[in-house]
Amino acid sequence: MKRLTPYLLVLPGGLWLLAFLVVPIIFMASVSTQEGDVVNGFVQTFNVGNYVQAIGDFHTQFLRSAGYGLAGTAIAILLAYPMAYWIAFKGGARKSTYLLLVLLPFFVSFVLRTVSWKFMLADDGILLGPLKAIGLLPEDFHVLQTTAAVIGGLVYNYLAFMVLPIYVALERVDHRLVEAARDLYASRLGTFTKVVLPLSLPGVFAGVLMTFVPMTADYVNAAVLGGPENTMIGNVIQTQYLVGNDYPVGAALSLTLMAATLIGVFAYARALGTENVLAAAAR
Amino acid sequence: MTDNQVGVGAADTAAPLVSPVPAIELHGVVKEYRVHGELVQAVKGVTLAIAEGEFFSLLGPSGCGKTTTMRMIAGFEDPTRGTVSLHGGDVTGVPADKRDVNMVFQSYALFPHMNVWENVAFGLRRRKTPEAEIKRRVGEMLAIVDLTGRERRRPRELSGGQQQRVALARALVNRPRALLLDEPLGALDLKLRQAMQTELKRIQREVGITFVYVTHDQSEALTMSDRIAVMNNGEVEQLAGPREIYERPATAFVAGFIGTSNLLTGTVDRVDDGCAVLALGDGGRVLVAGSAHAAGDTLQVTVRPEKITISAERPSGRVSAARGTVEDVSYLGTYTSYAVRLPEGTEVTVFQQNAFDSSTTAEPGDSVWLSWQPHHSFAIGS
Repeated sequence: MKRLTPYLLVLPGGLWLLAFLVVPIIFMASVSTQEGDVVNGFVQTFNVGNYVQAIGDFHTQFLRSAGYGLAGTAIAILLAYPMAYWIAFKGGARKSTYLLLVLLPFFVSFVLRTVSWKFMLADDGILLGPLKAIGLLPEDFHVLQTTAAVIGGLVYNYLAFMVLPIYVALERVDHRLVEAARDLYASRLGTFTKVVLPLSLPGVFAGVLMTFVPMTADYVNAAVLGGPENTMIGNVIQTQYLVGNDYPVGAALSLTLMAATLIGVFAYARALGTENVLAAAAR
Repeated sequence: MTDNQVGVGAADTAAPLVSPVPAIELHGVVKEYRVHGELVQAVKGVTLAIAEGEFFSLLGPSGCGKTTTMRMIAGFEDPTRGTVSLHGGDVTGVPADKRDVNMVFQSYALFPHMNVWENVAFGLRRRKTPEAEIKRRVGEMLAIVDLTGRERRRPRELSGGQQQRVALARALVNRPRALLLDEPLGALDLKLRQAMQTELKRIQREVGITFVYVTHDQSEALTMSDRIAVMNNGEVEQLAGPREIYERPATAFVAGFIGTSNLLTGTVDRVDDGCAVLALGDGGRVLVAGSAHAAGDTLQVTVRPEKITISAERPSGRVSAARGTVEDVSYLGTYTSYAVRLPEGTEVTVFQQNAFDSSTTAEPGDSVWLSWQPHHSFAIGS
């Protein structure tokens, strides 16, 4: 019985993942090589052409998604790091309050928040309307349906996933190391670049994974805040499934996205593994 | 303790060690903190001067202000009032990175993302030392602390003793004017701690740098220091060499904190040939040599357990003598410890060396006489 305990502990979660993650992926992989249509049914023909079509027709959206994901992640780092730093080192007794504030938006639905942005940023909405009325902005100025709006929405929606891991990493930095660096003639800036920043990089690394992957696969922000020029791969997949009823190409797109993301993440982990980064920072 | 160290230890009687300008000087240093809106004085006006090349200890229980005092010397804290000088120059308010002192932290505070070499080279790199010189000095220092060959190891791959030596090398490689050590041996086990005590002493002699050593361990302070400042409650209770601190504790606190000590209270009966005589119950008396007290004064007197002799008969001659009942006997290897209850209720601890067949061995319940020389009694300030 004792020997079985670890397996029994893993079993419920394992079954859950098997039923709702592994089985659908296998099912999707199978659909991605089928042919036919929704009226006459799909037949397995091991047609790799679906992948050729998926990448050939939609490589623009793939690249755009990756670009938006990279830009959003970079902006998220720039916004989240100082915030996490401030909470970790200057938050004092109110740290948990500040963390709660960072998480507060999650109490409202993701879609609802994005839609409310759409109202706020509308061409004659509460923000742009008055500014245009007093002549601070030209009449044809708009925010919605632009790249900036989509990336802005992505950053807003995933910022907390960057703040939290960086905060955790900074929180773990032993304050005596900061004193030791100061004692060994490092300036405030030198202490940050040589000690605090390198030791918090694992948090940045985790934050990048937690934001880049969902940002790249996101479709809500592009659908709500973007225009036809801002379509992301998530939107394409959604259209293939729900509008075009072309399940095989939709499945091929999904698997391609998944494979590309996995390869990207592994390459990133290899190239910038925390050990390598720390070694580079040690000098 | 070797004879040599005892000689150095009696520094208060010796001439000033090297330079007339103290390496470190604190003048009227006060440190106040606000804790939950209340003003707390961690250090209450400390004034002391540490000589160049001296091994100086700040000794006291936790919360006595010794660490705060050291942190003010290092530059991590600014005194609320008073001044800190290094080699005659006022450094009050100067940040830690601009002070020519280095610190060995209690938990070593080694940079976990750097290997041994990078840790030791950190200070030299910050000071833009030429790479060739860094190479030479780090190599030399690692040889001194016996870590050659472990340059590429990360701190977590080292034992506690090795980490300790990296911390020491990381500070000493910068050739600071003074080295501050904050309970550096606290995390080591007893055997290693004793070995490192000797090692620290050796390194200090080798590099000739002023060491300021913070510890709560009185035996550590007695073994290594030239002079000791015993701190309690934010104040220096006594500042003297180890022998003086042990043999002539200035206050009841010092007597109790350093080693085991017996505290007797009595009223001066008469002064006889420069010797105050205090009457105890049951015909006992305490002689205090060279005390400037007059008949009628109430005195607190300390006497160390190993200075007391146990006998069955009342001892003769000019000695302190007290009658009591043995309550407990503990055999402790090199000596035996007796707990003896005096008629007025005071418990006195007596250590008897087990050098020979202990003919004076008493059993619990025995009525015995305790005696000691007049110059082993010390009247202490209240």
